[in-house]
Amino acid sequence: MSLVVFGIVLCAVIAIRAPRFLDPSNLQYILNDTSILIMVALGQFLVILIGGIDLSVASGIALAGMITALVNHAAPGIPMVGIVALALAVGLVLGAFNGLLVSVAGIPPIITTLGTLSIYRGTVFLFSGGAWVSADEMTKSYRDLPHHMVLGFTTLMIAALITFVLIAVFLRFTRTGRELYGVGGNLTAAKYVGIKLRKVNFLPFLISGLIVGLAGLLWVSRYASAQNDTASGFELQTIAACVIGGVSISGGTGSAIGVVLGAVLLGIINNALTLTDISPFWQMAIQGFVILIAIVTNTLMDRRNQRTLLARRTLV
Amino acid sequence: MDNAILELHDIRKYFPGIKALDGVNLSVRAGEVHALIGENGAGKSTLVKVLTGIYSADSGQIMLNGADVSFRSPLESQAAGIAAIHQEATMFGELTVTENIFMGHHLRRGPFVDWRRMKSATAELLARLELDIDPDAVVRSLSIAQRHLVEIVKALSFDARIVIMDEPTSALSLREVEELYAIIRRLKQEGKAVIFISHKFDEIFEIADCFTVLRDGKYIGEGRIEDASTDSIIGMMVGRTLDHMYPDYTRTQGAPILTATGLSRAGVFKDVSFDLHEGEILGFFGLVGAGRSEIMRAMFGIDRLDAGTIAVRGKPVQIGEPSDAMKMGIAFVPEDRQQQGVILKMKIRENETVPLLKLLRKGLFLDRKREAEIADRYATMLEVRATSWEQPVESLSGGNQQKVVLAKWLATEPEMLILDEPTKGIDVATKAAVHDFVGRMAAQGKGIILVSSELPEVLGMSDNIIVLHEGEVTGRFTRAQASPENVMRAALGALPAEGESA
Repeated sequence: MSLVVFGIVLCAVIAIRAPRFLDPSNLQYILNDTSILIMVALGQFLVILIGGIDLSVASGIALAGMITALVNHAAPGIPMVGIVALALAVGLVLGAFNGLLVSVAGIPPIITTLGTLSIYRGTVFLFSGGAWVSADEMTKSYRDLPHHMVLGFTTLMIAALITFVLIAVFLRFTRTGRELYGVGGNLTAAKYVGIKLRKVNFLPFLISGLIVGLAGLLWVSRYASAQNDTASGFELQTIAACVIGGVSISGGTGSAIGVVLGAVLLGIINNALTLTDISPFWQMAIQGFVILIAIVTNTLMDRRNQRTLLARRTLV
Repeated sequence: MDNAILELHDIRKYFPGIKALDGVNLSVRAGEVHALIGENGAGKSTLVKVLTGIYSADSGQIMLNGADVSFRSPLESQAAGIAAIHQEATMFGELTVTENIFMGHHLRRGPFVDWRRMKSATAELLARLELDIDPDAVVRSLSIAQRHLVEIVKALSFDARIVIMDEPTSALSLREVEELYAIIRRLKQEGKAVIFISHKFDEIFEIADCFTVLRDGKYIGEGRIEDASTDSIIGMMVGRTLDHMYPDYTRTQGAPILTATGLSRAGVFKDVSFDLHEGEILGFFGLVGAGRSEIMRAMFGIDRLDAGTIAVRGKPVQIGEPSDAMKMGIAFVPEDRQQQGVILKMKIRENETVPLLKLLRKGLFLDRKREAEIADRYATMLEVRATSWEQPVESLSGGNQQKVVLAKWLATEPEMLILDEPTKGIDVATKAAVHDFVGRMAAQGKGIILVSSELPEVLGMSDNIIVLHEGEVTGRFTRAQASPENVMRAALGALPAEGESA
């Protein structure tokens, strides 16, 4: 895959400028840092696959994170298992709300999630009263959640790994997973073979919501701070990770591993920009530049494929 | 010995203002290829949609193996064993052949998709038809012919007993058509029934065993191919009384205002030449795919010409884009009025003056008063029925929308009007009004090209008729020479009747 080659070349270039890049501890740091992006991008991928988009993921992260932090502060006795369950439950509700608006009310995903982006973000304020939940207001077990080590990997990385495995299996080995590709690829044809559209339009949002819930908890516990502007702008990174990973914005194509690679690539760039002492102001611009290159390459390859298609047409 | 597996009795399907199916009978037997024949608009596609559960018939009976059935969805029709292969393949381009065949009913082992079993089932189906297609090939990479073949395989995976093919050869080379015939024969051997829709008589006579003819949504007749001839079938297709009234303005034809010589566009039309005179209505007739609209689009500068010249009043001109054509005094009313004729969300007044905006300039602004005057004049002339000219065009009926398109072009005061299917999908009353109007324009000395798929319209309106078949001119008739039979014959590419038996 050209993406892997691009990644290797990029790493080589970075390593030349900043040899520290290839340190095993740095590489582990990158993976850890990118875990949340990997998880949420995979949820985003499912939504894009059916031809939609979920702009509310960042707000959902903030809301789920804030709720768990507030609960943890108010009731420190609740074990982490309970807090995790709470995070998932919040995510489920957020995702279901999006899903119902799209699949039942028939509102286009971009409009639905544009609305919930604001609604969920506003709800954070409702709960927090404008105040932050800071580290000293959280229990130790809460703050430690993402950092437990299992077989040399943090719980954060394991969460990302489990998300990846579950989604990859879902997409490849379940009928519903395959039907996502069908609906995204050719809606008319999908209707004609009897695919239940309501289910297929609802499920991706639900799953994305679940992931967002968990990610919210992990985010807030990792940074030991629940803020009103937590994860602001993060939805764009999830979309970027998908696009770089070869997902078509119009739906119907893409792979889970591609999304993971896309996210990792973004993580590498983030890390490299920090290591090479480039000003943070440049970081956003360079990230955007790399995303553009990825999209342009994808589009050009798509166009080349289309031309071979047209050529075949006239070979009559 | 009647082993009809599918029988339709008196099927009717009406849409507002249009009787798409008005009493259709059909009787299809297993192991036979049954050709469904009729002009454009005869109801063939609608019938297929009723059979495949996309539409439900308003009345009539469908009997499958002697039992009454009704389909409320494509799924039910499929479950009953009916499969259709449409003109444009409905496939999932990014997915493999295997998955295209099994989408919606993936084979499973427990809760998990069983790729191995699906792939081997696909390979087996492909082998049964002796097709050299890789089950793992992405459909996007296949040729159109191969995609059609995959659709046939898909039909077999449902264990379809009736396979409907709608114009299956329109995109196939001769060799691929032979391959298709081989497959159809194999389907016959397996006892399946094939309903074959086609305009091409050579194909029908080659592959079909029997046929049914539709006209204007009605069942006209049926028969066995071995007992039929091209003439007899054409007779059934067109035989009708021209009961529409067409304007009969005395028109004298003046000087030639447009001369086209050797117009060609690779793969679309070849060596088309004609003259258009002042006061003449020149009809262009042909079936779907004949290339008429394409010729007009090229003349108006929308598409490019590969060869040929156009001369206006004797002077050769270059028409590179529509504004060039407009400067020559040519107006073009396109076939697809909703996509190409009007801007649906804009008001009537705005639509009408779109080509004139440059003329309506007053300094930096639009001369609103003049705009309103012009819009009013032409909308009234054409009797557009609306509450006011401020109404958005999308709220008008099809007939009125078409009137807006005509008004718009008339406002440019053209010398020549190219009308592409101007009365398609319009109610009878408005049709008559449009015809009347066109006649008046011709009487005023304008040259009019009328492209139409409706035989009565072309025969009733035109002073001269040019018939096209697959991009080439196959017939030129004056009004006196033209008859339904010889025009239709030319359109089908069939040879002239004199001394020729099918």
